[in-house]
Amino acid sequence: MRIAVCIKQVPDTEARLRLRKDGRWVDEEDLPFVINESDEYALEEALTLAEKTGGEVVVLSLGPARVKEALRKALALGAQRAVHLQDEAFEGGDAPATARALHAALSRESFDLVLTGSQSDDNGYGATASVLAGLLGWPHAWLVMGVELEEGGASLKVVREMESGMNEIVRIATPAVIEVQAGINHPRYASLKGIMQAKRKPQEVLTAADLGLDPAVVGAAGSRLEVVSVAFPSTGAGAQMIEGDAATAARVLVEKLRNEARVL
Amino acid sequence: MSEDLMSKKIWIVTQHRDGKLHRMSREAIAAGQQLAQALGASAEAVILGSGIDGLAAEIAGYDLAAVHTADHAALADYTPGGYVSALAPALAAARPDFVVFPHTYQSVDYVPLLAQRVDAGLLPEVTSFENGDDGLVFTRPVLAGKMVSRVRVRGEGTVLLSVQSGAFSADSAATGSAPVAALGLGEVTADREILGVEEVAEDQVDLSKADVIVAVGRGIGGADKMAPARELAELLGAEIGASRPVIDSDWLPRDRQIGSSGQTVAPKLYIAIGISGAIQHLVGMKGSSVVVAINKDPKAPIFNVSDYGIVGDLHEVLPELNAKIRELKQAG
Repeated sequence: MRIAVCIKQVPDTEARLRLRKDGRWVDEEDLPFVINESDEYALEEALTLAEKTGGEVVVLSLGPARVKEALRKALALGAQRAVHLQDEAFEGGDAPATARALHAALSRESFDLVLTGSQSDDNGYGATASVLAGLLGWPHAWLVMGVELEEGGASLKVVREMESGMNEIVRIATPAVIEVQAGINHPRYASLKGIMQAKRKPQEVLTAADLGLDPAVVGAAGSRLEVVSVAFPSTGAGAQMIEGDAATAARVLVEKLRNEARVL
Repeated sequence: MSEDLMSKKIWIVTQHRDGKLHRMSREAIAAGQQLAQALGASAEAVILGSGIDGLAAEIAGYDLAAVHTADHAALADYTPGGYVSALAPALAAARPDFVVFPHTYQSVDYVPLLAQRVDAGLLPEVTSFENGDDGLVFTRPVLAGKMVSRVRVRGEGTVLLSVQSGAFSADSAATGSAPVAALGLGEVTADREILGVEEVAEDQVDLSKADVIVAVGRGIGGADKMAPARELAELLGAEIGASRPVIDSDWLPRDRQIGSSGQTVAPKLYIAIGISGAIQHLVGMKGSSVVVAINKDPKAPIFNVSDYGIVGDLHEVLPELNAKIRELKQAG
């Protein structure tokens, strides 16, 4: 089974964020980046499926030079090859524009499955891989909490998360695009051997020209959405912020909960 | 109104399950009506399913120019292929300016596919819009709710947008009387075989009845660091809950999860510890009467839905808080 995994490198959401000068995104200087959480789970799921079927895992990522670090980590975890879509023309794309670039890269070879996370922790469109499925003409499932191969991989039994604590179990044909939800498995850690081997694994860089893509249909130029500005939400709107050291804050909180909110 | 203005059109695609309209369908109707008003457009609703006359009649009780029904046996259960094959030809023919969806697990599953099929723009998880100096600008959360993005739409053609849970009030949807008519359907084919539906956690703890909930997030730092939070819960007679990352890390069992994929709670007192407040968590607890948040990040979105906030290290604040509550209990 040949599996492609699309990963995205995103700002560590635990990090302190600052606005970029133009006010249209966060300042990426000194900002720590990580592999998007649900993509890590997608990679683990792909590695497990490939181990079961004796297949190959190819990891793809679109983004600037820093993305090489995320790809190297994926190789250290066990992916066999990496493909880096690196071109300024790819930057700033909305979900359809990014899906077009990924589609062009994936169409160069044949895969049985494309796995990726359900949603990125930065733009959070939750849509790129579903658009990709449409472009490939493959069935897909979003928010997947379980994947089981059936009939030697001809179809998949997929557990999809629904709202209010329910799961739906569906069967879809392969090839398919599977968008994995965080929590589906327990992602492995890279071994020292894996990290050493990653250095020798093939990493390919592709530009829009390499893929025969018109720069006007990808990235910001190919997007229907245009970010005017980003801002921090109004902090503590409605909340009384309690100041002081831990002991003072705790005392004031208890007083307020008892005398003001009357819940203690 | 001039013909040019009249020609603008907003569609609203509603959602339902087990014969009931999804709560967020009414929010989508309200959002669609407001957008139509801002643009001088007409608002029309769509419902898909099998045997949906009753639901269509219910939707027709809102102030809409029309209610379109897509009634087909292949739409009895939701599948992305079925919904896309029913909606794509209808959208291509009617060419609405915007199509409003509730931002649900179902719509996120198929709306991107629909956008690809009809070559429409895609604007997920809208929380508000404003037709001001910058033109028509929408807001949506980014970076797990830590920031808000203001977004404009460029180019020509339909845009499919979804509205976040709770962003538009269902009560603000204007009532009226709309004509109901069947959509012309082409071939409608389901693309998934539905094998069943299961509860995620059996014998689950019912957090919805708890009066007090102590909820922990990723900031708690590990399964071995849970003791002060457990002590607080014990002192208050509270149930322990958690946000999703805690569950995914196996620090607590899945039946303790609060949020869109877990339980929905509405206690008298909700104490959020080390929870930053991603929207997926907030939708599960915003019905709480009094919310307290303790977090090291002063910009954590949880403070926006809190009554009381403490910015600080929870491992320092919690022991102090437990001591004060113990004192109070001994005194009282």
